Amino acid sequence: MMEGRLDVRKTYKLYIGGAFPRSESGRTYAVTDAKGRFLANASLASRKDARDAVLAARAAQRGWAGATAYNRGQVIYRIAEMLEGRRAQFEAEIESAEGCSARRASAQVDSAIDRWVWYAGWSDKIAQVLGSSNPVSGPYFNFSVPQPTGVVAAIAPQRPSLLGLVSVVAPIIVSGNSCVVVASPECPLPAITLAEVLATSDLPGGVVNILTGAPGEIGPWLASHADVDALDLTGVVDDGVATEMAVAAAETITRVLPPPSSPPDWSADPGLGRISAFVETTTVWHPQGV
Amino acid sequence: MTFEYSPAPESRAVVDIAPHYGLFIDGDFVETIDGTTFKTVNPATEEVLSEITEAGAADVERAVKAARAAYKQTWSKMPGRERAKYLYRIARIIQERSRELAVLETLDNGKPIRESRDVDIPLVAAHFFYHAGWADKIAYAGYGDKPYGVAGQIIPWNFPLLMLAWKVAPALACGNTVVLKPAETTSLTALAFADICRQADLPPGVVNIVTGAGQTGRMVVESPGVDKIAFTGSTEVGKLIQRALAGTRKGLTLELGGKAANIVFDDAPVDEAVEGIVNGIFFNQGHVCCAGSRLLVQESVQDEVLDALKRRLSTLRLGDPLDKNTDIGAIHSAEQRARIDDLVRSGEDEGADRWSAPCSLPDRGFWFAPTLFTGVTQAHRIAREEIFGPVLSVLTFRTPDEAVEKANNTPYGLSAGVWSEKGSRTLWMASRLRAGVIWANTFNRFDPASPFGGYKESGFGREGGRQGLAAYLKQEVV
Repeated sequence: MMEGRLDVRKTYKLYIGGAFPRSESGRTYAVTDAKGRFLANASLASRKDARDAVLAARAAQRGWAGATAYNRGQVIYRIAEMLEGRRAQFEAEIESAEGCSARRASAQVDSAIDRWVWYAGWSDKIAQVLGSSNPVSGPYFNFSVPQPTGVVAAIAPQRPSLLGLVSVVAPIIVSGNSCVVVASPECPLPAITLAEVLATSDLPGGVVNILTGAPGEIGPWLASHADVDALDLTGVVDDGVATEMAVAAAETITRVLPPPSSPPDWSADPGLGRISAFVETTTVWHPQGV
Repeated sequence: MTFEYSPAPESRAVVDIAPHYGLFIDGDFVETIDGTTFKTVNPATEEVLSEITEAGAADVERAVKAARAAYKQTWSKMPGRERAKYLYRIARIIQERSRELAVLETLDNGKPIRESRDVDIPLVAAHFFYHAGWADKIAYAGYGDKPYGVAGQIIPWNFPLLMLAWKVAPALACGNTVVLKPAETTSLTALAFADICRQADLPPGVVNIVTGAGQTGRMVVESPGVDKIAFTGSTEVGKLIQRALAGTRKGLTLELGGKAANIVFDDAPVDEAVEGIVNGIFFNQGHVCCAGSRLLVQESVQDEVLDALKRRLSTLRLGDPLDKNTDIGAIHSAEQRARIDDLVRSGEDEGADRWSAPCSLPDRGFWFAPTLFTGVTQAHRIAREEIFGPVLSVLTFRTPDEAVEKANNTPYGLSAGVWSEKGSRTLWMASRLRAGVIWANTFNRFDPASPFGGYKESGFGREGGRQGLAAYLKQEVV
């Protein structure tokens, strides 16, 4: 900050369909740092915002799934590149939001960038690892391929605010799903800054939509939305809310990834579990003959 | 020229049905503690076949305890190669007793003996054989090697023993023990399977069979001692189960209803396609969750296909399911026939045109003549709801894009058929259809190596193939 110059603050808004709207409700909430000092007013997303986000996610999903796996991998790698270039901003935001040391904030950004890179590489290998050709008794070439489930609604973990969000979103979109994610309510600012990274990474608008606000308020609306195909409850800390969302999901047989049974180690190798939770298997019987 | 057929009934002498059956718990047939009994009937004659036990809460708990004890003391400690040998034994005994099982299935379910003999029972044996081979190779499948423990399994009446095989074989191969509830109207082959487990010397408690209706099923679902539920049946009940398990840590896989599109393009071989359409919707009287109940035919070949289809349907033989020449057996129950009647009436009321094959229906039992509707719109109930009977709704399309849109315009997503001589078009369609199984120039084919299961409200999880093992292995997501 220069002496005598007033800095220009950022307005933190939602990220829906590739644009940055305010909540249609006009509501905001004060975000503070770990010591309770005011940082910014974030949008408090409403039920209508959640619906708009699902609409945007649905509109974007087919095109994203239709892109080649190679292309999806390149876009996701591009996100890592963009994140690397703006790492100082993320480090500062994480440090103030989570009240951690600069070293820890920096390590979290490292891991978040590396996580995008890890998932970027998966895009064109998912079908090879999860798919199969199946030796049926008959003159058919029978094969199984994973396909994206569709629109996934996710509740990101409270912390780590950036790495948790990336660890939830990346495996959802890598296979061709689109997503609506509710960011950490206590530390939402890195999520909106991540949206700025996504918006400049050639990721089609609507593939990732980020809402800030109260998961307990928006979550059940997302869970009961008939156009949501799967739920990721990773960040739901309240058992009552998790159960309420899982009950609502049953109305349209929405797939549910339950909250982890113990606090996850976000630095561990993520494995394939989060990718396979949000793919379907199509099996094709194709005739063989002359 | 018309050929007359003489009756050619399969002999009932190979089956020996007891007048009363208890429950199969901990390796023995036992009498109920707090349940009741009900009658099971032959849907083709309405003759009472036997008295079956409706398990009560104490019975279910006893079965779950037996399964838990067997899991802890025997099954989880046994090396995979030994589990494999038990499954191979079971497969062999099923092959040896296949005639008896086929007749029993036909008597209790009403399906033609031709189908139970040539489709159901051979697939049952194949399923045990396939999964036997996995039992000592689970670590290679890519889903870890930790079984859930006790699996509660609830199966429908349309393929009674086959659905049992789809559930029991992978569960045991992965190292789980089982409490299985067959559909209340088709318990007999499940009880025969209990006897097969005894003949195979399967350790007591590894497989437990509790007969009964929905209430018994609910007790299995809600039992705190059950670690995983696998259900095949209606979407309506599937939703109840998913809701009941919300917030618990139990595993769940659901294989539910369907409203599959069978899509016929103008370059399809018409005679082959007609056979496929018939097999798609009239196989097993249409009591098939993946039945091709919506025919989507390209407008330019509509007349040709429909004429050939009606000609073919007029030659189908409906009647005694035990007769080896019967194509269409009995509707499974009075209740199911009432549901078919209701939906067929709605089709007429909503303005679709009905055509039914000219055939006479037997006086006793439950029957429905093969029926098709033309002039069906996507809004009609007969185009949206699962009829689960021998009723085909015919819609048309002009372009491949329109075919995809119409095929996917359903809350279900279990299966689809594509008829075309053009491989590139078939694969293009397959990548766009939101369905778990896609048959190209064929329909209703099943194989233990081929994963089966749905998208959307047709459920989640797969049965069969490598992917099917995931349903019985517990994986923690990081």
